[in-house]
Amino acid sequence: MAEKQKRLLQGNGACVQGALYAGMRFFAGYPITPSTEVAEGSARELPRIGGRFIQMEDELASMAAVIGASVAGMKSMTATSGPGYSLMQENIGYAYITETPCVVVNVQRGGPSTGLPTKVSQSDTMQARYGPHGDYTAIAVAPSTVADTFSETVRAFNLSERFRTPVTVLLDEVIAHSREIITIPEKGEIELIERVKATVPPEKFVPFEMTPNKVSPMAAYGEGYRFHVTGLTHDPMGFSTNEAKEIGPKLNKLRDKIMNYTAEIEKLRIEMMDEAEIAFVSYGSVSRASLQAASLARSAGIKVGCVQFCTVWPFPDDTLKEVLSGCRKVIVGELNMGQIVHEIRRILPDDVEVHSVLRYDGEIITPMQLLEKLEEVL
Amino acid sequence: MATAEKQKSDVVLKYLRPKKKFPSVWCPGCGNGIVMGAFLRAIDKLGYDKDNVAVVSGIGCSSRLPIYLDFHTLHTTHGRALPFATGVKFARPGMKVIVITGDGDALAIGGNHFIHACRRNIDITAILINNYIYGMTGGQGSPTTPSAAISTTTPYGNAEKHFDPCDLAIGAGASFVARATVYHTPQMERLIGEALEHRGFSLVEVISNCHTYFGRLNRQGDPVAMIKAFKDNAVAKARAEKMTAEELKGKFVIGGLYRSDKTEFCDEYQKVVDAHLVK
Ligand SMILES: Cc1ncc(C[n+]2csc(CCOP(=O)(O)OP(=O)(O)O)c2C)c(N)n1
Ligand code: SF4
Repeated sequence: MAEKQKRLLQGNGACVQGALYAGMRFFAGYPITPSTEVAEGSARELPRIGGRFIQMEDELASMAAVIGASVAGMKSMTATSGPGYSLMQENIGYAYITETPCVVVNVQRGGPSTGLPTKVSQSDTMQARYGPHGDYTAIAVAPSTVADTFSETVRAFNLSERFRTPVTVLLDEVIAHSREIITIPEKGEIELIERVKATVPPEKFVPFEMTPNKVSPMAAYGEGYRFHVTGLTHDPMGFSTNEAKEIGPKLNKLRDKIMNYTAEIEKLRIEMMDEAEIAFVSYGSVSRASLQAASLARSAGIKVGCVQFCTVWPFPDDTLKEVLSGCRKVIVGELNMGQIVHEIRRILPDDVEVHSVLRYDGEIITPMQLLEKLEEVL
Repeated sequence: MATAEKQKSDVVLKYLRPKKKFPSVWCPGCGNGIVMGAFLRAIDKLGYDKDNVAVVSGIGCSSRLPIYLDFHTLHTTHGRALPFATGVKFARPGMKVIVITGDGDALAIGGNHFIHACRRNIDITAILINNYIYGMTGGQGSPTTPSAAISTTTPYGNAEKHFDPCDLAIGAGASFVARATVYHTPQMERLIGEALEHRGFSLVEVISNCHTYFGRLNRQGDPVAMIKAFKDNAVAKARAEKMTAEELKGKFVIGGLYRSDKTEFCDEYQKVVDAHLVK
């Protein structure tokens, strides 16, 4: 059977297909608009391939079950939206400190609180960065099309397995609920990364071993390695510690295994940046408007380019600085009261003007709005 | 040491982690150690393969128990042990999954997870160590603190009503429910063994002493005095059935309290999926 096939899918459907392609075998979740179709699709598809779906009593429990299943060896995912994402933060922090791979899809909606269940928003950008308590190094990816949602979900699984850490997919409601035709890649077309497995004899196994790249080989429960997992700050054997000489290295390990390898994580889409003097910078659904606005401006002879970051966290400081080095002005579009714009301001020299186009009334940013801003700042 | 005692401790030693530093975090005389011993002897009698046992816990003095055990152990967040355990069990239905929890962990912050694990009837054995108080954080009131009892957050006496964990579990759908105390250790060992062998959600509530806080604040004396009170106030189920509500005041019923053979969640999931996908 040829596996390459064209399908008309919603973003949420593409997310499920991407997860299955990546090897998801376990999904636990709690229904919430606008993410529910991810749970429903997983409930339908997983049993067909020997996987498991469970609807938990809330998002705290969903995140917990996902981690339990991952520790037991299954690639696991959950999906939610703002209110549920807040509840998940407790155990996202647990996944982080216990170095348990898992994927959390946050189909963003307007907040704060119950907010705007059916309206588009990017107002969880900073929650994805700083959500759990304590020092935390986040990985988050953000698709801008339905096809992207498939491939970014695969990438989220790959990153979580590669770095043994939770990864967030920040999806915009308008992509989650748009239907577009996508081509499902054949098996093998996108490389899949699996967690590095322990190979030493069980008595030599150090579950949180300090390896050169700071990612420790993993064993699943039931594979002959018996080990301890705790959310308390722990030593390489996994037992809690209060020793300063062990606490620092553990926290550094969690950060450095990610921050020393940002080149593997970063992903930018750079369009029309040759000789660009002005750049539209954005992520997710806004990038579609940015792209159109930039090409319209180019056809009017204005040297405008467009930069989209598909990896939102870690923020691509150096690469973005480099890409924007020829620009005098930058226009940042985002669906919130101004979150990512502060990161861009932080990395650019003072003489570069940074302008914002913000929208938080539940509507999308249009190319016209970006062009109006362009006109104003020209 | 008498030979019988030595044999008992040899059994326990087989299941303690060789690399974990002792002494334990517990106060000398804490009932948690007695529960640990009974649990390990029950496991030993059943002859389970260590590699096929996962012990999951939340946060609290009681939840520190798995740390010392040579199984797969998962020490999670406060109240969430049951959903973590649900993930492990559902991913590996062949594995024996045990949750060790406290009255605060299971019934306050984890109360919602508790009733839903019971309702699903997922094959997990929960051992709830009920010491009527929050031990780890220094003696605050819990959902099982009796009315009028003193804790650091009920300094004038508890104005709230308390949960009966066993009644709650039965009402919520658990299919094996039992109560033991740290005085009645052979019975506790037997009940834990039965719970482990039961397919479905099983609860063993163990009444235990936190002399450091509950005992001291309520003038119940040292561990020996507290454990003796458990002996005096425990009533076997058969005897309790013949007693009036008045006679049962201040007492608690011990032994196997409830059992049913309703279908277990992982089995049922497989069954409905197979039935649908095969046709
Ligand atoms: C989210 C959260 N809230 C509060 C705490 C603080 N805390 C730690 S243990 C505990 C109570 C434990 O009581 P119980 O479950 O009865 O166990 P015991 O210590 O008595 O064995 C609390 C409130 C915590 N660790 N996490
Ligand atoms: S505080 Fe209470 S429950 Fe905790 S170890 Fe001491 S006696 Fe046991």
